[in-house]
Amino acid sequence: MAERAVAPRGGALAIQSSLALLLLAAAFVSLTMGRFPIAIGDIATLIVSWVGIGPGRAGVSEPVWRVIELVRVPRILVGAFVGAGLAVSGAVLQGIFRNPLVDPHIIGVSSGAAFGGVLAILFGLGAAILWSMAFVFGLAAVLLVIVVSRKAGRTSILMLVLAGVVISAMFAALVSLATYFANPNDTLPAIVFWLMGSFASATPGRALLMLPIITVFIVPLLLIRFRLNVLSLGEEEAQGLGIRVEPTRWLALACVAGITAASVANTGMIGWVGLVVPHFARAVVGPDHRQLLPAAAMIGASYMLIIDTIARTLISAELPLGVLTALIGAPIFVLILHRTQNQGWQ
Amino acid sequence: MIEARELGFRFAPDTHWLFRDLSFSLAGGQTLALLGRNGRGKTTLLKCVANLLTPSAGAIKSDGVIGYVPQQFSTPFSYSVFDIVLMGRARHLGMFSNPTSQDRARANEALDLVGLGEFAERAIMTLSGGERQLALIARALASQADILLLDEPTSALDFRNQAIVLSMLRHLAAERGLTVIMTTHDPTHALEIADRAIFLYGPERSEEGPLEAMFIEDKLTELYGITMRKFNSGDNGRRHANIVADYRSIGAVS
Repeated sequence: MAERAVAPRGGALAIQSSLALLLLAAAFVSLTMGRFPIAIGDIATLIVSWVGIGPGRAGVSEPVWRVIELVRVPRILVGAFVGAGLAVSGAVLQGIFRNPLVDPHIIGVSSGAAFGGVLAILFGLGAAILWSMAFVFGLAAVLLVIVVSRKAGRTSILMLVLAGVVISAMFAALVSLATYFANPNDTLPAIVFWLMGSFASATPGRALLMLPIITVFIVPLLLIRFRLNVLSLGEEEAQGLGIRVEPTRWLALACVAGITAASVANTGMIGWVGLVVPHFARAVVGPDHRQLLPAAAMIGASYMLIIDTIARTLISAELPLGVLTALIGAPIFVLILHRTQNQGWQ
Repeated sequence: MIEARELGFRFAPDTHWLFRDLSFSLAGGQTLALLGRNGRGKTTLLKCVANLLTPSAGAIKSDGVIGYVPQQFSTPFSYSVFDIVLMGRARHLGMFSNPTSQDRARANEALDLVGLGEFAERAIMTLSGGERQLALIARALASQADILLLDEPTSALDFRNQAIVLSMLRHLAAERGLTVIMTTHDPTHALEIADRAIFLYGPERSEEGPLEAMFIEDKLTELYGITMRKFNSGDNGRRHANIVADYRSIGAVS
């Protein structure tokens, strides 16, 4: 164990500000890139018009403002919120489970949501029903995990992880079963592409749905950030410090479940963000959740925007997000683990 | 102040009692030592007092905040010493609150009191065992504990660090009026700082009393199942006494 100076407190604000700038830069770059070429001047004209300056939409051609306002901005907003939500969820779960391998998918919510979504596709139901079914099934899976893990009125973290693995496996099997019965000509490809994840479905309406939902679940997590420090010492330590562990833990799990269910419902399964980004954020700001959660949110949002920009510009067809987050996330993860031993984890 | 009446503990209704009918009372400024062989319930008793375990029988009354210092502390995260001590403030903060500058000031005060001021920014897991023990005591102090419960606070420490921790505990009881309860495997440490002692002899057999009445060779020999000898060096009795096990007596005592 090498000696390590903790990030100086005065520097914390500077680091968070740089991360905010990174996010803004990622959003701007994402706005400018895409298959429909748009001049940076036009984008600038539109952006300043949003705060009431300049000629506004009149200053650019109609296709330009349509692409920006109806396609790219909603997509960027949804992407950033999903990225931030998954990253914060991962950081919270790694903290309260005290385990570096945990990500939001471990509590069963993703597999449940995936099954709900796949069922909707299988029966040819519309996008709104697909979204709702995925969300509801995701939450139902978490409830199931909680019921299974409860023993003598208490839930240990170990039981929670085991129940999460079991319930996930069960829903994964159900997803396989559903794909097996799917019509290989139309339904099967739809299921496969939905599961691999994409922000292509983002519309202004979808953004208006996702933003408040994810915000409602992220805010409580940010508010309990100091409690999460205490919880990350383990159950008995937290009790010894005079904290009632279960209410905080349930609140955290409920919020994580909500974020993950909403993001799977919207975007399909996006792995790795909830696993890799918290490690990266810990390497930058240390393990204190008061710094870690805002940092993870901004890095997660930036990461998601960068991945999504690559996904829709690398080749002429759009690449599935889940594939890219893993292909890019895995090497980054290895790099972080090697570069930053003892940063955040001992 | 802390008062326990007819405490008993067993892990399940049909199993044997780890201890039973155990009563004691401690005033502020007093120190109690829990002694006994491995597995006789020292830590269990301490956790009952700390409210981490519910006793199977009897009741505990205490006034004031209890600070619990576990035997082993380990975290996978690279929290700084200051971060850890600040967490002592958590009990005074609501679920959605963050520490204020006043909380930080209390944490710093506690760190200075145990002499770890300059270690504040070090990662807690890079401290030596003795320093870490002091940091955990500082955390309990930051929580404004009136009652300090320590599980074998000296067991992994070298002689000098043992002395540092013991003198810190003596200081906290004498100067700050804290009530201290600690488990220990070293009777000499109890002699150093305790006013009273509990001997956990075995299932359902325990005894509580003032140190002078408890620390006699026969009782110690029964407690450890090996011949124990007490040597008085110096002239003012117990503060200079030494208790030594006759290791070769094993087998001679049941």
